[in-house]
Amino acid sequence: MLDHRLEEEHELLRQTVREFAQEVVAPVIGDYYERHAFPYPLVQQMGKMGLFGLPFPEEYGGMGGDYLALGIALEELARVDSSVAITLEAAVSLGAMPIYKYGTEEQKQQWLPKLCSGEMLGAFGLTEPDGGSDAGATRTTARLDEATGEWVINGTKCFITNSGTDITGLVTVTAVTGTSEDGKREISTIIVPSGTPGFTVAPGYSKVGWNASDTHELSFTDCRVPAENLLGTRGRGYAQFLGILDEGRIAIAALATGLAQGCVDESVKYAGERHAFGKPIGANQAIAFKLADMEMRAHMSRLTWRHAASKLVHGEPFKQEAAIAKLYTSEAAVDNAREATQIHGGYGFMNEFAVARFWRDSKILEIGEGTSEVQRMLIARGLGVGA
Amino acid sequence: MKIVVCVKYVPDATADRGFNEDGTTDRESVDSLLSELDEYAIEQALQIVESGVEAEITYLTVGPDDATDALRKALAMGGDNAVHVNDDDIQGTDALGTSLILAKAIEANGYDLVICGMASTDGGMGVVPAMLAERLGVPQVTYLDEVKVEGGVVKGRREGDTATEQVEASLPAVISVTDRTGEARFPSFKGIMAARKKPLESKDLDDLGIDSDEVGLSAAWSTVDAATARPARTKGEVVTDEGEGGVQLATFLAAKKFI
Repeated sequence: MLDHRLEEEHELLRQTVREFAQEVVAPVIGDYYERHAFPYPLVQQMGKMGLFGLPFPEEYGGMGGDYLALGIALEELARVDSSVAITLEAAVSLGAMPIYKYGTEEQKQQWLPKLCSGEMLGAFGLTEPDGGSDAGATRTTARLDEATGEWVINGTKCFITNSGTDITGLVTVTAVTGTSEDGKREISTIIVPSGTPGFTVAPGYSKVGWNASDTHELSFTDCRVPAENLLGTRGRGYAQFLGILDEGRIAIAALATGLAQGCVDESVKYAGERHAFGKPIGANQAIAFKLADMEMRAHMSRLTWRHAASKLVHGEPFKQEAAIAKLYTSEAAVDNAREATQIHGGYGFMNEFAVARFWRDSKILEIGEGTSEVQRMLIARGLGVGA
Repeated sequence: MKIVVCVKYVPDATADRGFNEDGTTDRESVDSLLSELDEYAIEQALQIVESGVEAEITYLTVGPDDATDALRKALAMGGDNAVHVNDDDIQGTDALGTSLILAKAIEANGYDLVICGMASTDGGMGVVPAMLAERLGVPQVTYLDEVKVEGGVVKGRREGDTATEQVEASLPAVISVTDRTGEARFPSFKGIMAARKKPLESKDLDDLGIDSDEVGLSAAWSTVDAATARPARTKGEVVTDEGEGGVQLATFLAAKKFI
């Protein structure tokens, strides 16, 4: 039977993260955002709460939860702020997850405890200046130097979240490692610890939104790491990151849902407080109907990401549902952010108002972890049509 | 040693709270939660154990069925077990009656140190810790801003309007802690999961040997006769500075006795 209720522990987690977001994040995040500064104290506290270890087993320092738990935390954080939410999302589902899923026992023991505690952040270097979702266009190369037993990496990665903080410990990088027997380029994933000679982190980007999150371009020039830093099987890099991105879409969908809901929260409050022509603006049907539509989108968003997460947790195929969730929720987030700003009028254009942050933070949701066009392509493919 | 932390399940202080017709707290129309001021008591208990004192932490509450939510939250933060005193005859009990129930439950559990919050966020009387100490016949050290347990003694700092006191008491003792002791931790997901498996015992008045005549609304020494809703906030006074703004502000503050 379909059950809309969360298990008790998931509901308690939701309440806890909600409380944290409202009491701890909300009062200070605007300032970090304005200064384009990374909120280290918040990340440290999120680490203590175990958020970075949510979906990982206790033997690696995790919390023994699941992907649903991660989504719940992301939704409640993004309801208040997306920069902290994306920092968590990227750290867990892009930074630590590849190591957990594909790493050797030794690699897991070496990296996961610190990643799970939030003392260290991991990043995922996939996107390149000439290619995002088209991973076949990867230009970064890694050559195995048989003499020294090292990978020699050359190339550039861009838009990499969590890659340049003081606590970034590693970046997993996809690179062409040769040509397979059928002539296709072989892509593998390699762990590059921060500080490795030849690995350079460019200064942070000037972004439209997510301004309290950490994003950099990375370059690798004859960067050498030991052969055992290969993550999983050589030549499986493409399949690996497709798996990572499918899951990541659910996480982004949860985050987008939070933003869509945050727009409702702020707008309902404002529509009740702001008076025009002798009554609260919410008493006007034009505003009330906007709010109703916004709530509908937030509600539908929640249903769709939780459905995809539920399939994942139960070990069922979820690719199609994840793409639908990512597409629907990100568009809902953009729509809600636009309407929330409209309801707030001139104040909505002022950065000190949360909805202005929501507006700036929403657009990237239709782009990151597969653009809306890529999601439509995937969904169409699932129907057996399209390219 | 044994630490008992008294916690209360209260109507959400941020919601629109009210009373029933008989003057008792209306618990139906608003959500309830673990009193925020009691979270400081929980945090101090956990810190005492983390400082190296070997102790078992028991949470104790007196309240309706869903007051277990408060205990589960406390257990998610840490600690070992919980006791829930729940009996239909308790409804309407005042602070004096509550202190009787708590004292009996604490004696039944065994204790070296009892930690309370400085007051509840609903009744807000702040008298239970003192009443409890009296009933248990042990020293009380209330309104502590800093707590330490060392060699059978509980020590603390109490900030007053005119002086800062360093106070201590030999154990067993009852203390209450303020909201200046340091922010309480958020439970981790592991803590939330673990809390489900920690023992939570339910007791009624019979179990504690309390006669139902001793508690409840009919036995209460204090009752609510009437309650008036807080008046809506009025518009503040706007001072327009035409060269005299500073003086006007000072006059206003002086009139309100702020300066």
